[in-house]
Amino acid sequence: MSTAAAAHDDHHHHAPTGLKRWLFSTNHKDIGTLYLWFSFIMFLVGGLLAMVIRTELLEPGMQFVDPEFFNQMTTVHGLAMVFGAVMPGFVGFANWMIPLMIGAPDMALPRMNNWSFWILPFAFLILLSSVFMSAFGAGHPSAPNFGWTFYAPLSTEYGPASTDLFILSVHMMGISSIMGAINVIVTVFNLRAPGMTLMKMPLFVWTWLITAFLLIAVMPVLAGAVTMMLTDRHFGTSFFSAAGGGDPVLFQHVFWFFGHPEVYIMILPAFGIVSSIIPTFARKQLFGYASMVYATASIALLSFVVWAHHMFTVGMPLAGTLFFMYMTMLISVPTGVKVFNWVATMWRGSMTFELPMKWAIAFVILFTCGGLSGLMLAITPVDFQYHDTYFVVAHFHYVLVTGAVFSMFAAAYYWLPKWSGVMPNKLLGELHFWSSLLSVNLLFFPMHFVGLAGMPRRYADYALQFADYNFWISIGGFWFGLSQLFFLAVCLLCAMKKGEKAAARPWDGAEGLEWEVPSPAPFHTFETPPVVK
Amino acid sequence: MATEKYYVPESSPWPLAASVGLFMTAVGGAHFIQQSTAPDKFEGSWGMPLFFFGLATLWLVIAIWWRDTIKESVGGLHSKQLGISYRQGMLWFIFSEVMFFGAFFGALFYTRWLIVPWLGGAGSNAMTHELLWPDFQAMWPLIKTPDGTTTQAMGAWGLPAINTAILLTSSITLTIAHHALLEGKRGKLIGFQAATVLLGAIFLGLQAWEYHHAYVEMGLTLHAGIYGSLFFLLTGFHGAHVTIGTIFLFVTLLRVIKGHFDAENNFAWEAGAWYWHFVDVVWLFLFVVVYWL
Repeated sequence: MSTAAAAHDDHHHHAPTGLKRWLFSTNHKDIGTLYLWFSFIMFLVGGLLAMVIRTELLEPGMQFVDPEFFNQMTTVHGLAMVFGAVMPGFVGFANWMIPLMIGAPDMALPRMNNWSFWILPFAFLILLSSVFMSAFGAGHPSAPNFGWTFYAPLSTEYGPASTDLFILSVHMMGISSIMGAINVIVTVFNLRAPGMTLMKMPLFVWTWLITAFLLIAVMPVLAGAVTMMLTDRHFGTSFFSAAGGGDPVLFQHVFWFFGHPEVYIMILPAFGIVSSIIPTFARKQLFGYASMVYATASIALLSFVVWAHHMFTVGMPLAGTLFFMYMTMLISVPTGVKVFNWVATMWRGSMTFELPMKWAIAFVILFTCGGLSGLMLAITPVDFQYHDTYFVVAHFHYVLVTGAVFSMFAAAYYWLPKWSGVMPNKLLGELHFWSSLLSVNLLFFPMHFVGLAGMPRRYADYALQFADYNFWISIGGFWFGLSQLFFLAVCLLCAMKKGEKAAARPWDGAEGLEWEVPSPAPFHTFETPPVVK
Repeated sequence: MATEKYYVPESSPWPLAASVGLFMTAVGGAHFIQQSTAPDKFEGSWGMPLFFFGLATLWLVIAIWWRDTIKESVGGLHSKQLGISYRQGMLWFIFSEVMFFGAFFGALFYTRWLIVPWLGGAGSNAMTHELLWPDFQAMWPLIKTPDGTTTQAMGAWGLPAINTAILLTSSITLTIAHHALLEGKRGKLIGFQAATVLLGAIFLGLQAWEYHHAYVEMGLTLHAGIYGSLFFLLTGFHGAHVTIGTIFLFVTLLRVIKGHFDAENNFAWEAGAWYWHFVDVVWLFLFVVVYWL
């Protein structure tokens, strides 16, 4: 209990003000806002690192950075985007929306909620400080340079000194994620309003419930992996060293046992967002609600038995290869159910195309592109050709940028009126959407071609025949990066409450408890639970 | 579903303070490890003091934070629903711990069933064996590594079996204490919980003795190849959890003496008991797959 508490004991509704409001918060809305801004800042930081990559790759040959620094850029770009932008972004949406959607007064464990958040800036301070030192520090000590997957022995025997800082920062991110996920699960299981049965919950809540389960299941495995790295580096253990009876491939197994569910951690909440938005603007109920729930659960369960499809070229017994190939292909069934349901929801709907809907439709189409290239990668003999080429880069950027990130833009435009009380600026929003849509395809689509033609990923240079494509890919990259400044402007305008005032239900097809409270949502909502019929 | 007013705590400085503590622990820890394992490269390091200062900060802040929570609980602010939230939270936390151990058990099985046989030429790996370490013989426990480091295997039926008996007994004494708590029999509760804490401490003492024996007389160290790596990380993390569990039970014992718990309001006590049983089950797995088989 802080001093602010004592001063306002009889004014429970009074919101704390100033810096303390943000630093000491126990309010799910404020903590959600912190998460979202943190995520956006990390998105810009990770984007800047990507700009360095694309600048170097604008032309063949070495121009701007040396290969060593280039490796650090690809590594930290991936880490910042995965652990800094996408994961905390979805946690921000969860914080804001889950209590509002299920009629809860707050998250179940509000102080732990704040701890989950505040660990993150410190974790990234540690990680990014090594990039800063590498760019500007005396002697340019290397930042992590082994790729975001930090395979042994690159990260063990050959890892730079900053690897140890990286390991501990990953531990911190894991602690943050696990606590955040526990909070989500407990909130959903224990704080639903009377009448809000599990099968009445909005799909965003369902997908986050399942995501939280995945987080609790796999973040500790990541912690185990980096712990083994640390002891191999400094305490003489042989987990990833064949000379001592271990195996570098063991690292890949442990890492991808975390890594593949991690991929779904970054996409399941997106499914939930899109399943909320499409019915609103099609003015129809979501098609196949129950099948959406079961499909999400199936995807989550299958995610535990597909990890080695990241490792087909590493070598494993034929039976293992076949098992992982078929299991991976099986995932396209529940995913297909989802895409079908979204399209069926729109079928003969009374459709309008406000900003959230534009992003959601772009998500459905472009995420499906990424899903289909994933299906190609699942086929083992073909994967031997595609492995570690730009085709893989194209694949996971279609699912992560036009998938996860687009869904977050959709969600931001959809819920900004509820958060800020003003409508997002339409002109800037349209510019943001069209500019991003065109540039992102210029950026990532040609990567399929250069990948199929054999351009390997994570190299600072490339063969001459890839020059034209890479030039346009880089142009697309700069364009996409600059387009995000429109979004920054949209967010700042909303934060400053500049714009058309938003109604409690700004979208006329919108359903759900979050639209029952005024816009902007008051500091405390649902202190007495609403009754859901 | 409960409709009573839910308890939402006022803003609190402890989460941020704990994050600062964690930050200092991590930065100091990374530096400390580098300094202590490669002293020639990292002289005059501030890593060690920062690590311990960070750790002390972290524990102090958490202690104050939990003191606040205890005050709220004793002050009757907690609703029944919050008790359920805490209980569910603790169960999911234990699940995360299970998965953490799962990573190391997974490494053990992968090593025993695949890596070691493959290094010995099994499956399609005859050429690997021939070209890399032709003299290597696959066996488990791996007492001679491919590069020739030798060690001895830790047997199951000496001290480890005694430790198994101790932990199993501690589970029984704790369960008796649990029943005493629910029946409101204070004397019995305090006696059996104290016995549990004592058994935990004895277990840790014997474990330390075993480690000493392994290092000094058996040549079984962290450097002894994959068998030593797995042995020490699995039993070491288990031992760390026994330490935490013992402290946990000791704290709830003090709180029992202070009269904080009754048959209804006893989350922290039960959380400690669950944690203890979890640690116990992990040990049984360890005993079977690390020591025995």
